[in-house]
Amino acid sequence: MTLAPVSIDDLYRRDSRQVLATLIRLLGDFDLAEEALQDAFAVAAERWARDGVPDNPRAWLVSTGRFKAIDKLRRRARFDAAQGELADRLYDEGTDDDPDDRPQIEDDYLRLIFTCCHPALAADARIALTLREVCGLTTEEIARAFLTGAPTLAQRIVRAKAKIRDARIPYAVPEAGALAERLGSVLQVVYLVFNEGYSASSGNSLTRVDLTGEAIRLARLLRQMLAEPEVTGLLALMLLQNSRREARATSDGDLILLDEQDRSLWRQDAIDEGLALLGDAFRSGRVGPYTLQAAIAAEHARAARPEDTDWGRIVQIYDALTQIVASPVVDLNRAVAVAMRDGPAAGLAQIEAIAAQGQLRGYHLLHSAKADLLRRLGRYGEARDAYRTALNLAEQEPEKRFLANRLRDLPA
Amino acid sequence: MKYICLIYNEESRLRAMAADEYESLAKEHLALDDELEESGNLIASDALRPVQDATTVRLRNGNLSVTDGPFAETKEQLGGFYLIEARDLNEAIRIAGRIPSARTGSVEVRPISPDCCVQP
Repeated sequence: MTLAPVSIDDLYRRDSRQVLATLIRLLGDFDLAEEALQDAFAVAAERWARDGVPDNPRAWLVSTGRFKAIDKLRRRARFDAAQGELADRLYDEGTDDDPDDRPQIEDDYLRLIFTCCHPALAADARIALTLREVCGLTTEEIARAFLTGAPTLAQRIVRAKAKIRDARIPYAVPEAGALAERLGSVLQVVYLVFNEGYSASSGNSLTRVDLTGEAIRLARLLRQMLAEPEVTGLLALMLLQNSRREARATSDGDLILLDEQDRSLWRQDAIDEGLALLGDAFRSGRVGPYTLQAAIAAEHARAARPEDTDWGRIVQIYDALTQIVASPVVDLNRAVAVAMRDGPAAGLAQIEAIAAQGQLRGYHLLHSAKADLLRRLGRYGEARDAYRTALNLAEQEPEKRFLANRLRDLPA
Repeated sequence: MKYICLIYNEESRLRAMAADEYESLAKEHLALDDELEESGNLIASDALRPVQDATTVRLRNGNLSVTDGPFAETKEQLGGFYLIEARDLNEAIRIAGRIPSARTGSVEVRPISPDCCVQP
């Protein structure tokens, strides 16, 4: 018996995903494992109240869930003989899991993460499946967070599971040779979840789950299990960005730019942790794109006042980043840093070169960056046109309001 | 001379078919398979799983890119095929990435339907 009374809700929050991950491996099927998980917790709620919590609740839940699933298949065998054969096979295979085998538990959890983030699944399906299976959010919570209907989201998850089954996506951690590339797909999902939460955090946040918190929690878990510097880099990046959360919008939800934010609102504990993690990632000697983006965020975090920002260093980091990822968005951000280092005319020349390539024609941030530099150069007529283009392209309400205000404040 | 006969279908029409209509279509396929087997014309034939089970593999600058969904470009034309046996999708993707044409073109990986003709 455990000494401290543990509530079943706490156990569900702490262990249910790991139990699910192991059940999927043992049963070979997501849906069967989910039913088994719910059944196991239902039995636990009844029995533990009477007999107390067993010594190893996780192992108890796995074993109970597995037997519940086998029972269920046997009952279905009356209508479908194949289910009976599957039940017999699962029963005979047994499980030689050692309940205290930490690496095995972590392996199962990693299997679940890598399967949900498999690149053969569509990006939106990966995100939905990860939040549902790995983070344990309900379909309704995910739907609200992404402002989508629950049926649409449920269908996305059903389709993704069908592809895992029918195209035989294996329930496995990729082998060493493929790990780095496959990890990229996992980190992309984590960062997309973070960004969705971050960009929406000024909206009707009361009714939406904290996606930034989920993304950070997931990155922490990943970091415990995988000694890959980019996991550390991504965690640092998210912590540093999230440290500015309280400062980035007014109480009405209007955006506040970096140089106008009240830096005393930046969360120093998150900054300290982010900077320490960034140091770890750099010491590995294998520096990837997330680590470099974290290094840029760190330059801002280190500056007590906007004018203390080391723009020369930021341009250098962007140079390193463009070596790894060829992306016009990175080029655009670099051009903004160049404008801060060398003045608006130098930045504007670069932005116009990027605009001429055409890929970012529909990207509102290109036009708003251009508008801002034109404004600083006193070319108000051209600035007005660029702000208008940006306003037409922007989709998020706070960004639209911000651009509308800039347009209104522009001298005639 | 060997020839490959590639079948293009509107999957939505197949899905909309009544079960018995679909079944008779499948039976016709199987009957033709038997006949061609008999006459020595058949090398292999199979039904593919629907497009939502497709994965597209490309190799660019030594990096393997894997994307969800079928190959859907009109610029490139079907140029060949490998019928392979693989343990799971990961192994199939690894093999597809070794096909030299993955460096310049795209390789769509589609599972073969394990039980022949199941309506999509």
